[in-house]
Amino acid sequence: MRSVQIPISDETIRSLEVGEPVALSGVMITGRDAAHKWMVDTFIKKTRQPEGDDQQVYAALKPILAGGVIYHCGPVVAGLDTKDYRFVAAGPTTSSREEPYQGDVMRHFNVKGVIGKGGMGPKTLAACQEAPGAYLHAIGGAASLIAQSVKRVLGVHKLDFGVPEAMWVIEVQDFPVVVTMDAHGRSQHAVIEAQSKSALEKLLAA
Amino acid sequence: MQDLTEPILELVRLTSTDLPADVEQALRQAVEREAPGSAARGALETILKNVALSRANSTPICQDTGTPLFYVRHPAGWSTRSLRAQIESAVAQATAHAYLRPNSVDSLSGKNSGNNLGGHYFPTIHFEEVEGEALVIELMLKGGGCENVGAQYSLPHSQLGAGRDLAGVRKVVLDAVHQAQGQGCAPGILGVAIGGDRGSSYYASKEALLRKLDEPNPDESLAALEARLTQEANQLGIGPMGFGGETTVLDAKITHLNRLPASYFVSVSYMCWAYRRRKMVWKDGQVSYS
Repeated sequence: MRSVQIPISDETIRSLEVGEPVALSGVMITGRDAAHKWMVDTFIKKTRQPEGDDQQVYAALKPILAGGVIYHCGPVVAGLDTKDYRFVAAGPTTSSREEPYQGDVMRHFNVKGVIGKGGMGPKTLAACQEAPGAYLHAIGGAASLIAQSVKRVLGVHKLDFGVPEAMWVIEVQDFPVVVTMDAHGRSQHAVIEAQSKSALEKLLAA
Repeated sequence: MQDLTEPILELVRLTSTDLPADVEQALRQAVEREAPGSAARGALETILKNVALSRANSTPICQDTGTPLFYVRHPAGWSTRSLRAQIESAVAQATAHAYLRPNSVDSLSGKNSGNNLGGHYFPTIHFEEVEGEALVIELMLKGGGCENVGAQYSLPHSQLGAGRDLAGVRKVVLDAVHQAQGQGCAPGILGVAIGGDRGSSYYASKEALLRKLDEPNPDESLAALEARLTQEANQLGIGPMGFGGETTVLDAKITHLNRLPASYFVSVSYMCWAYRRRKMVWKDGQVSYS
């Protein structure tokens, strides 16, 4: 399996191709529904004013996301009472819910990798070509196993979103993913969708 | 009345961390069907490694510990109010032990309660008084990814050419599997209910998932449809995680309930491969789990 270090260069991300297994190491951040809506509303479309610690969190996110990786994950975390945080279970969540936001977030922050499950649609695929970036598929439900590749929790932002929705900064080693959407406009998900549609039509006609 | 909080806490731990044997067996069989070196086979091998690790370390199989759905069948004389309090206490303790992720979010404020409690429907508890001496509690943890790809059809469905018969049921269920793609964490298990109103139909489609994978449907026509749907869904080629491959679903479980003359609903509850369901039996002060 090929090893890739975060932050990721444009050259490296362009060299990744659909179907390739990759082991990621470095610092990444989790973000899902609440985080994506917050980033887009507050700092990209600016439909709401920053409040509370919004500006501080934004400033902290920028260097992590530049050349970085965002992980669609709502972990189970131990040590909440002592703040000695440890990921217990941390598989991917369904990415398609971030389709309205992801492309804008990738362009705004120069995100190189998006990890999740289930794949994403045409807007994100276009952003992968432009950024450039790639969608990296983790194994859904393999939560205990994936948590073992999370070596340390470095911090957490927006814990008021709740544990699953907070943005956890994590150091990972050999985090296993498969490239399913690449910087060259190829999507394994679009291929499977089309093939399975034609198989369905045959079955329905039978 | 006995306090069952501790045994219920153990039921929650077991459900979240220890995949039932019938499901693990079906996943093992699925590995053998996928081509060596394929992404599909790799996904299933990872899944099985994770199942073993979760069991050994007593950590959640999946971080989305889902909606806790309790099915309580109790003999006469038990207080359901008291049982509810014990279940809620066990759920809150399980969350503090990190067997469950805090998953209960206020739909208006967006606030997470932090302990998996909130209102009358979280956790969801169904009570039924039954004959005999044994109290039986079944727990299913159903994650959000697979819940989101559930579907309900009102037949006839002209676009799919589905009429009000089992041939029509087959068509809409295959459509639901196609719509789900890999997003419900394939390979999935289909809980299907034919009939009812919209609410009872979805309820029954989940209850159908309590049947074990190797337990045949007592109705011959439905048993045949279950086998056919499983085989045909796998011809769609969606595969584990939607990577493509031979195994898109592990099984289908179909039930039926009476309907109004005007209505013919088919409800599909998609269960992810992490098919977490366990049973606790309390009798004469003794507890057992399966």
